[in-house]
Amino acid sequence: MTSTTRPVHIQDGPPSDVEEIKIESDYLRGNLIQTMKDSISAGIPEDDNRLMKFHGSYLQDDRDLRTERQRQKLEPAYQFMIRVRTPGGFATPKQWLVMDELAHKYGNGTLKLTTRQAFQMHGILKWNMKKNIQEMNDALLDSIAACGDVNRNVMCSPNPNESPVHEEVYEWSKRLSEDLLPRTNAYHEIWLDGEKVVDSTEATEVEPIYGATYLPRKFKIGIAVPPMNDVDVFSQDIGLIAIVENGKLTGFNVAVGGGMGMAHGDEQTYPQLARLIGYTPADQVVEVAKQLMMIQRDHGNRSVRKYARFKYTIDARGLDWLITELHQRLGWELDEVRPYHFDHTGDRYGWVEASNGHWNYTFFVENGRIRDTEGYQLMTALREIAEIHTGDFRLSPNQNLVLGDVTTPKKKEIEEIIARYELESATSQSALRRNSMACVALPTCGLAMAEAERYLPSLITKIEGLLDEAGLGDEEIVTRMTGCPNGCARSALAEIGFIGKGPGKYNMYLGGGFAGERLSKIYRENIGEKEILDELQPILNRYAKERETGEHFGDFVIRAGIVAATTDGTNFHTV
Amino acid sequence: MTLQVTNSPFSEEQVELLNRLLPNITEAQQNWLSGYLTAVSTATSPLIAADVAVLDRPAVEAPTVVKEVTILYGSQTGNGQGIAEQVAAKLKEQSFDVTIQSMSDFKPNTLKKLEHLLLVVSTHGEGDPPDTALPFYEFLHGRRAPKLDHLHYSVLALGDSSYEFFCKTGADFDQRLTELGATPLAPRVDCDLDYDEPAAQWLAAVEVALQIHTGGQTATSSVAVESTSSTPYSRTNPFQAEVLENINLNGRGSNKETRHLELSLEGSGLHYEPGDSLGIFPENNSELVDKIISSGSWNAEETVEINSKGERRALRVALLNHFEITVLTKPLLEKLSNYSESESLKQLLTSDRADELRTYIEGRDLFDALTDFGPVSASEQQLVSILRKLPARLYSIASSLQANPDEVHLTIGVVRYETHGRTRQGVCSVQCAEHLQPGDTLPVYVHKNENFRLPSNSETPIIMIGPGTGIAPFRSFIEERSETGAEGKSWLFFGDQHYVTDFYYQTEWQNYVKDGVLTRLDVAFSRDTEEKVYVQHRMKESSQELYQWIEDGAVIYVCGDEQNMAKDVHATLLEILQQEGGKSLEEAEQFMTQLIQEKRYQRDVY
Repeated sequence: MTSTTRPVHIQDGPPSDVEEIKIESDYLRGNLIQTMKDSISAGIPEDDNRLMKFHGSYLQDDRDLRTERQRQKLEPAYQFMIRVRTPGGFATPKQWLVMDELAHKYGNGTLKLTTRQAFQMHGILKWNMKKNIQEMNDALLDSIAACGDVNRNVMCSPNPNESPVHEEVYEWSKRLSEDLLPRTNAYHEIWLDGEKVVDSTEATEVEPIYGATYLPRKFKIGIAVPPMNDVDVFSQDIGLIAIVENGKLTGFNVAVGGGMGMAHGDEQTYPQLARLIGYTPADQVVEVAKQLMMIQRDHGNRSVRKYARFKYTIDARGLDWLITELHQRLGWELDEVRPYHFDHTGDRYGWVEASNGHWNYTFFVENGRIRDTEGYQLMTALREIAEIHTGDFRLSPNQNLVLGDVTTPKKKEIEEIIARYELESATSQSALRRNSMACVALPTCGLAMAEAERYLPSLITKIEGLLDEAGLGDEEIVTRMTGCPNGCARSALAEIGFIGKGPGKYNMYLGGGFAGERLSKIYRENIGEKEILDELQPILNRYAKERETGEHFGDFVIRAGIVAATTDGTNFHTV
Repeated sequence: MTLQVTNSPFSEEQVELLNRLLPNITEAQQNWLSGYLTAVSTATSPLIAADVAVLDRPAVEAPTVVKEVTILYGSQTGNGQGIAEQVAAKLKEQSFDVTIQSMSDFKPNTLKKLEHLLLVVSTHGEGDPPDTALPFYEFLHGRRAPKLDHLHYSVLALGDSSYEFFCKTGADFDQRLTELGATPLAPRVDCDLDYDEPAAQWLAAVEVALQIHTGGQTATSSVAVESTSSTPYSRTNPFQAEVLENINLNGRGSNKETRHLELSLEGSGLHYEPGDSLGIFPENNSELVDKIISSGSWNAEETVEINSKGERRALRVALLNHFEITVLTKPLLEKLSNYSESESLKQLLTSDRADELRTYIEGRDLFDALTDFGPVSASEQQLVSILRKLPARLYSIASSLQANPDEVHLTIGVVRYETHGRTRQGVCSVQCAEHLQPGDTLPVYVHKNENFRLPSNSETPIIMIGPGTGIAPFRSFIEERSETGAEGKSWLFFGDQHYVTDFYYQTEWQNYVKDGVLTRLDVAFSRDTEEKVYVQHRMKESSQELYQWIEDGAVIYVCGDEQNMAKDVHATLLEILQQEGGKSLEEAEQFMTQLIQEKRYQRDVY
């Protein structure tokens, strides 16, 4: 970037329509109270749907039925998705039972564990939304800021009681989430029948951090505890790496400007890794995160939404600019980055003993979908477990589920339930499947261009066949699929990544780092299943023959010259 | 005297029928019959002309004596009105001075001045009079009813023999007029759904009696209940309408199936107005027909008479297209008992077991009766002789002809249910749902319904209450008002089971609301919430505004289920009148009666 050319990402135009909606919304109220009552449509107008996101929900429809219903003179099968804010993926057994109950009562009878450790419920009808949120609220759960142009659910490595550090890190993730919440009373007024508060005209009083227009785009924070990079710390706007010295948490390395989203056909958009800018003592981490978020608030592009993420704000001005700006705002400087090391991004399945002598059990949950199917009654089994469990539930960043803090006597009871429902079978799935992840996509996600959650399992089965033939049956390869380039399942960080382009068609990416430290590179564009398998087969065969000891697939394809390494998001598209 | 083949010109079958009839008729009936037969013998064309499409009649010379006749009709669906109008037309041709009126428009205090009165009245629900007949019915049965010694009258009663109180209103009028001293011109005739022939016979008898009574010439008239419209197509000569579109309005997961049918009227010359119905002649289910035929080892190919003109069809065709096989009636079972040795059938038909009979009839069909009371020793001809003609099905039209030239749209709820161990199907609705493709044709005719009409003043507000398939005429109303740019306010109440799947024509209503053609839309879905919510609850919620609309002269329309919905809606309207208008129950009821008379409360319920 030269100083004479203005970077495309820097705002050069009037605020977008979404900015207008935010300004006119009276701190996220809009007309939601009225439009949620309107009985002629199960949907709400687009403007209100924009605001709905700030309340953790948005309007979707069953896209499978769209054409059919149009012919039937019925509006689309509108329904709401609601995302529940659970910092660090923590839920009590009682909360689990409430989510289970609500999923059956108001939702489609399933729960989705998201890639950001949150619960997602689908299929809630308009007139059930308020009751749903109220019943969540009774269980101390909310959906505030689970979507929208705000700080989203804060992630952290979920292995509870693995060490006291993990517990401490969880507490920090909760603090970050709470402290960076919007302060408007709108959520309480709209959903909880809270009294209307007459807001001060001063934005600094109503929303001291966000102001009246909140952030230019979504904002994500995650904390990793090395050597596990399960939160994909480099995919976050602010990635925090816990630094442990003498068994104690001292502080965090701070990485900034990661993000997965891009738009097909616009190479000015790209996935980016967060870059390390220093180290902060633990007790300053909230202040650091807040100041970084406010820099993005003030400098992010509010004209073109696809250029509005923090990564572009930073890349357009350089990392040095950011560091200077941050130090100025903080009034002090970050320390040098401390040494750390990541091994992998995956979860450890089955029973693991915790530092306090209790136990954790990690279930493999394919694509995070909790449901009952014939022969696999996961949802029922988990309900039964929740009824006796005295510890907690932790949603993993890989869409899996951890039972935390299981005492030895409870372990026996839970083992009995696991055995009775034959849940171990899932944990003994292939390494490929256990390391796979897909977003929701069709039929409910409005952005999806291709299938993901409904399709990846069958594609995995076919790739498993290729691995078996190549003698790689137990190889751990991170495979991820998203139905669009927005990156919910972080495909651009996978060793084998698929990003949907159209029905049955995907861009295939190779060469992501096994520990989430490197972005992938496009290998083939717009291909269907047969081509995917035809392309993968010779590469996997070569990998079986030529790999070095311990060499991961993502590293191999680069060493073998199959794809070039992506060293920075800005060269993601360079082939 | 007993008739025999040898001492009469009749066939064996005719002899049998006559011998069954003649010993049981009263003297009055004998007298009537002789007059009737005289009239018939002098007619220039066949007496029973119900199947004749176009009449070609010589002009009748004007008689010297002019006599007044008043025809009053009480009609809910418009059948009665249609017949009354045709009777009027016929009598006018005979140079009678005919006054024809709806009972709701008739001033009861003029009754004393009348000499000749003809009543055409239908019966509904539990033997109730039609809405429009209610005030006159109550007057006649009340204390203010005058002595009517001078009056000569006859009643044509319309009904459906599958209901317990078949033609009860007609019988009530008949009995009451006699009580008040009036003299029958001709005996009352009770018509079942296939009313063409009995109605024609009644008219023939009435004509003769009127001629004799008024001393005029004995008229020579072909008597037929026929449409007077310009199109050659009518109930007796239905138009084969091509199916343009046939879609299920219910989304996936619904408990219901409701077809939206679009038919082409191109080339038919058929015309309809919002509020009218379309008659469809359906075809019986072929599996059921085959089961019936094989249950009695009948020959499917044996021809049988399908009408009194003597047209013949193979038994299978007759059962498919000409006779009703899905509904049992008391008369049917009585006729069946002539061919069955079944003791239980005879028991069932004894007069003290009416309740059992009603329970038996409910939800059973011809196949059940043949199975339960077999073996049945009837010929193919005798089998069909116990059956009613297959009635046309009437559906409220869901489109405006102005908005859809040459088209007619229907909203048909598909009827399927399980009773007595078998799946039952609505004849017409299942045919539409399962067998009808675009390009197929259906025999149809337009059935006028003057009792369900948009106000002539396009600025008059309208309140439409139409849950379920009751929505149909209101789609027609709103299409019409949209097309004509009517400026009157409109308010629609709709309801069904589930919002997501059962909101019929949802996107159309949304657009009408957006465009302001529909001022207000309130919906109630009964199975989406723990507490069942129906349209009347929505009405109550807006009782104040609703009352204001009524005060402002709004016309209230109710269409759909009679048993529950229409009754609840009526009760709710009474409540609203009391609550918002400070009326007593009696005043509210009076007000409603007044609304009926002013045609500001119109119902199309079934």
